[in-house]
Amino acid sequence: MLSRVAENIYWLGRHVERAENAARVVAVNANLLMDLPRGIAPGWRPLVDITGANAQFETDYQDYDEGNVVHFLLGDNRNPGSILSALEAARETCRTIRDFLPREVWEVLNELYLYARDQLHRGMTKSGRHAYLKSIILGAQGIHGLLSGTMLHDQGYEFLHLGRYLERADMTTRIIDVRSANLLPHETTELKPYETIQWVSVLRSLSAYQAYRRSEQVRVQREPVLRFLFQHQEFPRAVCYCIDASRQSLEQLPRNEAALRVAGRLRRNLEAAEPWRFDQQQLHAHVDVLQLAIGELHEEIARTWFPPPLVLDVAA
Amino acid sequence: MSIDWNTYPCEDFYDELVAAPGQGREAFAGFLDDLKALGSDELVARQEAAEVAIKAMGITFTVYSDEGGAIDRAWPFDIIPRIIPKSDWDRVEAGLKQRVQALNLFIDDLYHDQRIIEEGVFPAAVLAKSANFRPQCVGVDPPLGIWAHICGSDLVRDADGTIYVLEDNLRVPSGVSYMLENRLVTKRVFPELFEHYAPLPVDDYPSQLFDTLAALSPRPADYPQVVVLTPGIYNSAYFEHAYLAQQMGCELVEGRDLFVDTDDCVYMRTVDGPKQVDVIYRRVDDLFLDPEVFRPDSTLGVPGLMRAWTVGTVALANAPGAGVADDKVVYAFVPEIIKFYLDADPILPNVPTYRCMDPESLAYTLDHMERLVVKPANESGGYGMLIGPASTSAERAQFAQLIQADPRNYISQPALKLSTVPTIVGRGLEPRHVDLRPFILSADRQQVTMGGLTRVALRKGSLVVNSSQGGGSKDTWIVPD
Repeated sequence: MLSRVAENIYWLGRHVERAENAARVVAVNANLLMDLPRGIAPGWRPLVDITGANAQFETDYQDYDEGNVVHFLLGDNRNPGSILSALEAARETCRTIRDFLPREVWEVLNELYLYARDQLHRGMTKSGRHAYLKSIILGAQGIHGLLSGTMLHDQGYEFLHLGRYLERADMTTRIIDVRSANLLPHETTELKPYETIQWVSVLRSLSAYQAYRRSEQVRVQREPVLRFLFQHQEFPRAVCYCIDASRQSLEQLPRNEAALRVAGRLRRNLEAAEPWRFDQQQLHAHVDVLQLAIGELHEEIARTWFPPPLVLDVAA
Repeated sequence: MSIDWNTYPCEDFYDELVAAPGQGREAFAGFLDDLKALGSDELVARQEAAEVAIKAMGITFTVYSDEGGAIDRAWPFDIIPRIIPKSDWDRVEAGLKQRVQALNLFIDDLYHDQRIIEEGVFPAAVLAKSANFRPQCVGVDPPLGIWAHICGSDLVRDADGTIYVLEDNLRVPSGVSYMLENRLVTKRVFPELFEHYAPLPVDDYPSQLFDTLAALSPRPADYPQVVVLTPGIYNSAYFEHAYLAQQMGCELVEGRDLFVDTDDCVYMRTVDGPKQVDVIYRRVDDLFLDPEVFRPDSTLGVPGLMRAWTVGTVALANAPGAGVADDKVVYAFVPEIIKFYLDADPILPNVPTYRCMDPESLAYTLDHMERLVVKPANESGGYGMLIGPASTSAERAQFAQLIQADPRNYISQPALKLSTVPTIVGRGLEPRHVDLRPFILSADRQQVTMGGLTRVALRKGSLVVNSSQGGGSKDTWIVPD
């Protein structure tokens, strides 16, 4: 398999996952705000914080109001993390490897992109938003389903997996980081009922609520939620699960020693920590360490299997 | 609105479907009634369905604009097929095989002994000014002695029904993927007509192409490593490169995926490490193939590729330098070329052509420009031409200067009355001009596509069929008589 194709399919996995995650985050925030009293509602800014694109946002928008933030995350093509940008990037990547993927994958991705672009105005309205985001999430899941059901489960499939799970691990850590930081200032008893609602929303943005209920059987609160999202080995959006899935893909690839070492270190780090004992600052530092490790794993994958970066020989 | 074939204009031009008012062509005479029975509302509905299918299938081509860079456009397609009886087609097929066989002998001769020049049939002066002759290829022996493995020749039909060859594309001819996709779309929109008329299949082209390429492999192995080399996604024919690679089950590579090692073999970079490549179906122009030999600034090619090809560790299709026979002045000599190498008369005629290098032809061309089409030797895509009947006197004056400055670079031909095919316009059917590009494969044997790509000028009265300039296409049916 061509190194360039491996790289592209990896990014296809990442971009489709990114579009889906962005849709989830927006959908859940809209829901959450309806349940919180005005005074303590965190508003829309945390969504931009999650993507880490605040600098980009602030050059283009005056304030973090609903319309601006939703546009930034759904349809702003200057924001590489917006749904539309991610789908456009996925589509461009898919175009370059069309010969490698089942034809239906291109058709479905092309349709999803055209839908996201042409129906954007619906996603921008309060009443149309839910249906729009649901279509994006189902579309992205549909692409993964189609790939899993029709593509050769060869090396290319492993790279798709790697892209998807690294992106997902990264996103889960970001959501935990930002969402828990925005949670209520300590133990103010009269606001206690709302804390549960906020942790429920963290779970919901990862479609983790039902899974949490079935698996943990304790009420929703900080400690078990953090344990669940960092360390659960069966919930497919938990960080630990994502890293294990990446490691399984790495096992299938040739010349994998260095990448496996990095992934192993990351896994041990995850297992050893007990983030629920951390205060907010320690939790933030822990997430930083994990994100750096995820970045390091990406670098190692690129170094081992992707083509060398194109350097123009100026002398020639 | 109902369709009335009695008022359909078919008298000034040869119409491919309508023989005379109200009357279809004999081999498929019922076809007009079938369209009429469907009615124009149904035809328009099916045309719309076809457009939706094309969009969903992502069939695109790329056009360039000054402001927006490259834009992907849906492929313009008209659902009414162009139909040719099998008996007519057999003759065309034989003519194309003869022509390409002679052209391959001609190219091989030019890069070796140049007998045809020595014997005074082809002027050395023409070769000396050829833009596509590559001195780097002199003396090279490509596998099987064949240089143009894939040829796309453009055919047109004049008012009296004669089919002429208008030009031969021997460099990187494109369009075959659209021929295949048009067929898929037509099967979806006209299933009942399709079953009834049973046009001969075109779908085996990718496997024929693969066999052609595999036959060139320098390593006699069961599974030669064949790759398609593309300039990348911004090339106007990228869709086709990806499509053919996918259909053949080959890797689609870009220049940076390949490298030539110290053993002069070509390798591609894979996840498992380097892997040797045997045959490259290259869709990159000669001058970009190898920065060590041709344009040093090319990033599309592979340094050392010409070295590998010259020593024979890799086969290139088409061979570098094959474009020398793609020249419009060379075109004018094809009847003599066929005579010289095959000792036969051409089965398919050339359009009568005036070579401006001859003083008499030059004078005639300058005197009759308003009736002629003037073409430069080495342009394609319909660029740089003068269409006399549609030109202004200022344009003619400008061309007269160009021709006189470099007569070797120009030919002229009478403006043909290109044949028409009924085409959906608004809610009815109107005649629109068409040409036809069949594809000829040559290796250990020759194969011709069953029909080819029919291109149609969608603007009323227009003769320009190029997709970059407002042309569309149709499915082409070869039907048993």
